[in-house]
Amino acid sequence: MGSKASTLLREEEIEEIKKETGFSHSQITRLYSRFTSLDKGENGTLSREDFQRIPELAINPLGDRIINAFFPEGEDQVNFRGFMRILAHFRPIEDNEKKSVAVSEPLNSRTNKLLFAFRLYDLDRDDKISREELLQVLRMMVGVNISDDQLGSIADRTIQEADTNGDNSISFNEFIKVLEKVDVEQKMSIRFLH
Amino acid sequence: PLPPSESTPNQSHADHGHGSSAVGGIPVVTFKWHHVETPYQVALWILVAGLAKLVIEANHHVTNVIPESALLICFGFILGGIIWGADKVQTFKLNPTVFFFYLLPQIILDTGYSMPNKLFFGNMGAILVYAVIGTCWNAASLGLSLWGCHQGGAMGDLDIGLLQYLLFGSLIAAVDPVAVIAVFEQVHVNEVLFILVFGESLLNDGVTVVLFNVFDAFVSLGGARINAVEIIKGIISFFVVAFGGSLLGLVFGLLISLLTKVTQKVKIIEPAFVFVLGYLSYLTAEMLSLSSILSITFCGVSCQKYINANMAESSVSTVRYVMKVFANGSETIIFVFLGISAIDTEIWVWNTGFILLTLFFIFVYRIIGVFFLTWILNRYRLVPVEFIDQVIMSYGGLRGAVAYGLATLLNESKIKEKNLMICTTLLVVYFTVILQGITMKPLVNWLKVKKAAVSELTLIEKLQSKVFDHMLVAIEDISGQIGHNYMRDKWNQFEERWMTRILMKKSVRKSRDCVFKVFHQLNLKDAMSYVAEGERRGSLEFVRNESAFIDFKKKFVDDCSGAMPDITACMSDDYSAIRIDQVPSVSLEMHEQNMKGVRETEDINTHHLLQQHLYKGRKQHRHRYSRSHFNVNKDENEVQEIFQRTMRNRLESFKSAKMGVSPPKKISKHTKKDQQQKVPNGKSTENGKRYFSGDEGCMIGNVCIPLTPFPLGPAGIENPAYIPDLDPMAAEIPPWLAEYDAGPVAPSQRAQLRLPWTPSDLGRLAPLRISTRSNDSFAQADAPAAQQKDDEPPTPSKRDGRNM
Repeated sequence: MGSKASTLLREEEIEEIKKETGFSHSQITRLYSRFTSLDKGENGTLSREDFQRIPELAINPLGDRIINAFFPEGEDQVNFRGFMRILAHFRPIEDNEKKSVAVSEPLNSRTNKLLFAFRLYDLDRDDKISREELLQVLRMMVGVNISDDQLGSIADRTIQEADTNGDNSISFNEFIKVLEKVDVEQKMSIRFLH
Repeated sequence: PLPPSESTPNQSHADHGHGSSAVGGIPVVTFKWHHVETPYQVALWILVAGLAKLVIEANHHVTNVIPESALLICFGFILGGIIWGADKVQTFKLNPTVFFFYLLPQIILDTGYSMPNKLFFGNMGAILVYAVIGTCWNAASLGLSLWGCHQGGAMGDLDIGLLQYLLFGSLIAAVDPVAVIAVFEQVHVNEVLFILVFGESLLNDGVTVVLFNVFDAFVSLGGARINAVEIIKGIISFFVVAFGGSLLGLVFGLLISLLTKVTQKVKIIEPAFVFVLGYLSYLTAEMLSLSSILSITFCGVSCQKYINANMAESSVSTVRYVMKVFANGSETIIFVFLGISAIDTEIWVWNTGFILLTLFFIFVYRIIGVFFLTWILNRYRLVPVEFIDQVIMSYGGLRGAVAYGLATLLNESKIKEKNLMICTTLLVVYFTVILQGITMKPLVNWLKVKKAAVSELTLIEKLQSKVFDHMLVAIEDISGQIGHNYMRDKWNQFEERWMTRILMKKSVRKSRDCVFKVFHQLNLKDAMSYVAEGERRGSLEFVRNESAFIDFKKKFVDDCSGAMPDITACMSDDYSAIRIDQVPSVSLEMHEQNMKGVRETEDINTHHLLQQHLYKGRKQHRHRYSRSHFNVNKDENEVQEIFQRTMRNRLESFKSAKMGVSPPKKISKHTKKDQQQKVPNGKSTENGKRYFSGDEGCMIGNVCIPLTPFPLGPAGIENPAYIPDLDPMAAEIPPWLAEYDAGPVAPSQRAQLRLPWTPSDLGRLAPLRISTRSNDSFAQADAPAAQQKDDEPPTPSKRDGRNM
């Protein structure tokens, strides 16, 4: 067990995270203490088990998928940077950000938010939501009273609504298009306490 | 009828003028105005208001520029002028009792019932801030400023004290829900802005009532006796009134929900419960001197989800429409009377200072209040209220009839200048409703306010919004915050476990699912347009929206391909009628078999619903003549239809004798006929009509399948003598129909063949039938046939007896 000092956040790190994610100083420190409280193994990274220890996630239909979203492709551990990077998607879009011409698109831009949502469906990362992937999500979201056939119909119809190029799956662009009327900025933001 | 000898003396009596009192005999006709005065006047006023609305709505160009409410007020001016001219005094005014008891409740109930709950409670914090703090600020600032100006001499010689100014301020401070709806409904601003203004206008009633009563009591007590105790009592009374009213409303809402849980057997009066209990919540709150508007609002808000789920679809539609009728009617009447009430010389008291200063201060203080409060709120809101929205919010602080009603309630003995106040209130109302109403739309467009998104029902949006919800809850859990979503989730869980168990019918609980509901609605839409399209095109080979085919065509092709050739071979309109009916049912059958294991049999359930929609025509005929169902008695069509049916049947039996297929079309004919008579579903009425045009030898719509040698001309062949007895067959239908509804919906060809095996049925067939089947019933049929041909056309009552 290393000394706690090694896991403390250094100022430079905070600055970097601030630049990358846009969180404020106090928010970062707050979230860091949350991170450490989740990190039972005290090795500076979180594993899937750490997430699964959060009780409310077990009763969340999308719980596992969201946990999965924290872990980059193929890895089993996520460090604080990665943790913050994902959480940054949910920061509310502020006015000044809307107008700023950033070098790279901020993590909480509308497109990036939608990309996060898209990746929840698209597990195999082929940039398409196939019928099976959609069915899986539907099955998770919908009650048990609905039969598989009905679910299949719903899935088919959902794909039809979005699919413009007729490949029977939803690409990211189609996804964006179909949700253009939805106020994603508001629907996908939470208030991070200072 | 009187024997002729006796009638003559009576007639002569009548000739001598109205009323037999002079002559002392039996009056034939008298003019009894006082007997009907009150209800007659009420009815007349409602009629006048309705006509006014009719005239106004006739021209859209005008209503686009000037909001309807303004036009109605102007109409009221004209009307008031006429009445005043005739009577020299304003006999009709907006009576506060009538207003508060008979005109206002239904408007508020309607708003509560159709309130978007998620939006409302999501912004509740902001709404409460505006409603409570904003209204208090408006009232206080206005009262104090006016008093200050009075002291400064700007108003000349008025006998109004500080308390009375505060009282006046409190009654005019409140934003009025009726006016807000009237103006904002024509300007489709974005939903957050709308809910903020609208929610504020509803909830500020709690404050208004308290302030008004407190200051009214203070004015009565006189300034001397006001001390800290009274003030504290006032503050406490606010909490009591506001929370008490809301709680009362919630209780009534729960009552309604519980009641609708058990009212399956009395579907026809289900809607009545909603209205009566809603009204009772209003009156009960009034009785307990709580805020009645809050009470009825929360009643509507709390019960909407449960009664929409519990009640039959027809009842839900009824409630929705009747609410709208009442609310619209009330609104119209209110605005007309607001106009009329102005033409009353009694209240024409002019005081430049008072009136102009009031207008000015109202405007200014509203702006200050809104901007200041929004600045505070934006620091805590997730999505801040934009600047432009704030401008619209301050501009949309309309005053309306509630203020006027309160003004007329003022006690004249205590408040000498009541007329001035009434006049000022009216002027303020006109200013806000007419002027601000007219300029609202251009202002909104000019400032490029974000408009409401016209949302079409899409599955993916619905699904995705659920995904978002779950996502946010999860992220809040992960980041360890108790946020808005966390609370909402907790509430949803609580509601799921307790409230829906108590308040919703068990059957409904099982079938509730957001995404599925949308899917179901979309399917319904498709099915209806499917059927309509089918008739229009005359065949099933139509190119349509593929999504409809996902559900129907696949099944149709797979399962019906066997049946199809048979049907097409026969090529009579009756068969195609079966086809039309069959197609949806086949796919439904698919779904039904899948869901059998999961679903219980009850009325309101997804596919049953669809099925019912499509089949209702047949079921409905059983109840045709009960008082509880509407009945469209198309006698002429019936007669013709019956005749044509007879002719066709004979032809069929002739043909079937050759082909060995007996006519199942009778059943389908009934379908057509009954679908025609099913009034509630406008579509099926249309179906029926279409079918009848097809009777003239054509199929549904345009594709003509000649009915071979039979020279059935258009509609002209009417031979009443030929009416066979349809009733027995109608009576026979039920058992077979029952089959149709419950089990596999599409009876096999064979089953259909067996159907009309009753003597009375076959009576019609008998003459032409050269039976290839040796069946005794056929022979039996011959005898009754001859007799039945001579029967009179069955009268509705007879049929009634039969079917009931």
